[in-house]
Amino acid sequence: MEWLRSLMLPPQGSQFAGEVDNVYMGLFWLCGVLFVGIAAAAIGFAWRYRYKPGRVTPHQTHNTTLEIVWTVIPLLLCVAIFFWGLNGWMKYAVAPGEAMEIQITAKKWLWQFEYPDGTRTANEIHVVLNKPVRFVMTSEDVLHDFFVPDMRVKHDIIPGRYTEVWFTPTVPGTHHVTCAEYCGKGHSDMQAKLVVDNEADFQKFMETGGTEWEDYKMKPAEWGRIQYERKGCSTCHSIDGSRIASGGPSWKGIWGKMEKMNDGKEVLVDADYVRESMMQPQAKIVAGYDPIMPTFQGLLREHEIQGLIAFIKSLGNNPNGGPPAPTVLSLPPKPAGASGASGTTGTK
Amino acid sequence: MANTLTSRGKIADHPRPEVNYLNASKGIWSWMTTVDHKRIGVMYLVGVLTAFLMGGIFALFVRLSLLNPKHMLFGKVLMSAETYNRVFTLHGVIMVFLFIIPSIPAALGNFVLPLMLGAKDVAFPRLNLASFYLWVIGAVMAVCGMIFGAIDTGWTFYTPYSTTTSGTVTLMVMAVFILGFSSIFTGINFVATVHKLRAPGMGWFDMPLFVWGIYSTAIIQVLATPVLGITLCLLALERVFSIGIFDPKLGGDPVLFQHFFWFYSHPAVYIMILPGMAIISELIPTFSRKTMFGYRAVAYSSVSLALLSFIVWGHHMFVAGQSQLATVIFSALTFLVAIPSGVKMFNWLGTMYKGNISLETPMLYAISFLLLFGIGGLTGIFLGTLSTDVHLTDTYFVVAHFHYVMMGGTVIAFIGGLHYWWPKMTGRMYNEKFGALGCVLVFIGFNMTFLTQFFLGSKGMPRRYYNYLDQYQPLHAFSTYGSWVIGLGMMITAVNLLASLRKPYDAPDNPWGGTTLEWKTSSPPIEHNFEEQPVLERAPYDYRPEPVAH
Repeated sequence: MEWLRSLMLPPQGSQFAGEVDNVYMGLFWLCGVLFVGIAAAAIGFAWRYRYKPGRVTPHQTHNTTLEIVWTVIPLLLCVAIFFWGLNGWMKYAVAPGEAMEIQITAKKWLWQFEYPDGTRTANEIHVVLNKPVRFVMTSEDVLHDFFVPDMRVKHDIIPGRYTEVWFTPTVPGTHHVTCAEYCGKGHSDMQAKLVVDNEADFQKFMETGGTEWEDYKMKPAEWGRIQYERKGCSTCHSIDGSRIASGGPSWKGIWGKMEKMNDGKEVLVDADYVRESMMQPQAKIVAGYDPIMPTFQGLLREHEIQGLIAFIKSLGNNPNGGPPAPTVLSLPPKPAGASGASGTTGTK
Repeated sequence: MANTLTSRGKIADHPRPEVNYLNASKGIWSWMTTVDHKRIGVMYLVGVLTAFLMGGIFALFVRLSLLNPKHMLFGKVLMSAETYNRVFTLHGVIMVFLFIIPSIPAALGNFVLPLMLGAKDVAFPRLNLASFYLWVIGAVMAVCGMIFGAIDTGWTFYTPYSTTTSGTVTLMVMAVFILGFSSIFTGINFVATVHKLRAPGMGWFDMPLFVWGIYSTAIIQVLATPVLGITLCLLALERVFSIGIFDPKLGGDPVLFQHFFWFYSHPAVYIMILPGMAIISELIPTFSRKTMFGYRAVAYSSVSLALLSFIVWGHHMFVAGQSQLATVIFSALTFLVAIPSGVKMFNWLGTMYKGNISLETPMLYAISFLLLFGIGGLTGIFLGTLSTDVHLTDTYFVVAHFHYVMMGGTVIAFIGGLHYWWPKMTGRMYNEKFGALGCVLVFIGFNMTFLTQFFLGSKGMPRRYYNYLDQYQPLHAFSTYGSWVIGLGMMITAVNLLASLRKPYDAPDNPWGGTTLEWKTSSPPIEHNFEEQPVLERAPYDYRPEPVAH
């Protein structure tokens, strides 16, 4: 019956999944049998007792025994199902004491994660295989909901209070995190990646912010492209010149361009402007767009910012001329623990 | 074909009177100032069907937009995320507040309930007309809200999104507030009518089951709707005067809003489904030509569903941040709802057993209801069960579940009831073949559209999503194709019914062989319903060939 389970339910990623799926499949079979019974009776009777002129129907007003039977049996079934569901839910409701605690701050439309050591990430979260993890969640604006289908957990995130959810990841790899409480136009773009690492990979991630950094020969622009996906920039900014409906300006061809702001001033898109746009997004708003970008202050490491700047630069100059783009990019700093080689440009 | 049924009825035709409620007085003014429950019912019917058409068109646009993940249609983006959010909000608000809630009670109930009781009118005819005008004012305000900057909160108006988003939320909320009063007026009227205006000889347990269902509904309307009114007032106060009630930035509590909202909106689910069940309880005995099996059990189950509906609202909030103890208690109480629902289902099937069943259009809708409501009810068990609800809530599984109950249940019953009483309301028979075709197409299209959504939901697709992962595309596309089949079926049904209006009166008094009092008057009925006060001689659904003393 595994094929049937996997047809209806996502892959199992946590210790909850097995039990939830068992209840689901149990109910599926029970309800399936009941439905077939109802359908067979309704269609069967309509056929078996189809209209014949002059046939007299029996005057059956009621049958107390039968009616008690079909009241009591469903009641007993319901009591059993209630306790079956309660059993799994009790585990979901109480996190074990030794669980690692990760803070989640949700806002339109960004996931922000903070680890016990102060490390912060956006839209990507790493947890350790077979170690329970507890999320303490709050929202900066409206309701959101932390939903990880593979883990079979979900809980609303409420501004002004803390809610919790926990699980023990049992399958390594990447799982999908998705917002399940309607939060406006970017609701369906509020996605994050949950990566289940083994202990060693997790430590590496905590130190460097990404295992790709291992590849010291990576160009800053390539590194920036990874950040573009990972930090959620791609939710609102395209790189092909198209305008994302609920987002900001495309990055294609903006480098070195004089951009018109909503206060009428023109600003040169250079490294300082791009940096300011990430740290204080409300400082300057491009004309025709809404001031909706959240700040990335504290969410980006220095080398990540520089990678993003390099990436924007690589997307091309303004084709209509304008002043040449100043080259102010410095090399990314050496990653912690790495010596010798660094992510310099030009070498392959 | 339908006309031949007359011979099966035990009640003989009278010659059709010249003057009936439709032609007794003429002109728009005579309709606008009427206090005749039948005319008000017809006006409500026109109103709710218009709303149904609007809500249906929005639904087709929602599905069309989800046809592919890029929302592309003929090389163009059909709608942006903002537009999509507005369209699904309008679909929900219109369908719930303008269509389903008033559909059966205010349109069909208004017309049929006094006739079934053998009364001349409802207890408060002027209040009845006032209720209709409130509905019109609410509907106009809602439509204005759509034209002048649509809202994007979803039909649930959850705070703090609804108190902070731009758009005409306040106007829309006031519209729903007024619609609520329209609903309360109807409810008060029906309660008083059932208590005071039953025909001589008609005790409580001689009432048709439709009356029991509408009576139970009326109780909920009167008791629960004020809570919605108060909640929406508080919401408007918060938006307009920044009084902190629900928004945590102002010191309020967003979960409080959900408690208030569902304290109304869960009973409202029963305002929607109980009248649907009530229609089915009429259709099945009539077309099975057999007495209702377990009449009292069905009557009591309506009342108990009405009462239970008040103590299960928390099952909408298992993962919303209410206390864990409350969650467990609400889950346990929720399972109780399954019992009276099951009792009804078994009694309907028991009525069909050894019946003499003919499959005219209304009966096809009744069988369609049994199957669709069966799925809707059974999938509710998945959502009432705590551990599975955590995974399934806020996904397409919920969307599919409530469409099976609301559309597969209430709307199917409503259209079945419309076909059942159409000859009485208009004096005309419609084409049976097209009626049946419409029913079958809607049934097929409905399952194509919504059965797929159970799979989308259990796979983890959240609801109210504009963008979705590519892996869901095949199911979404199939669901959209299904919506076109529903649209086609509905169109055939509408054309078929409207086409019948072009004919002269041809409906007999009692085309289906019904036993309740509305079939004892002419089709269409005279202005004051009955030539003389009818007296109940036999219990409803008594199909014994020889009259037996009551």
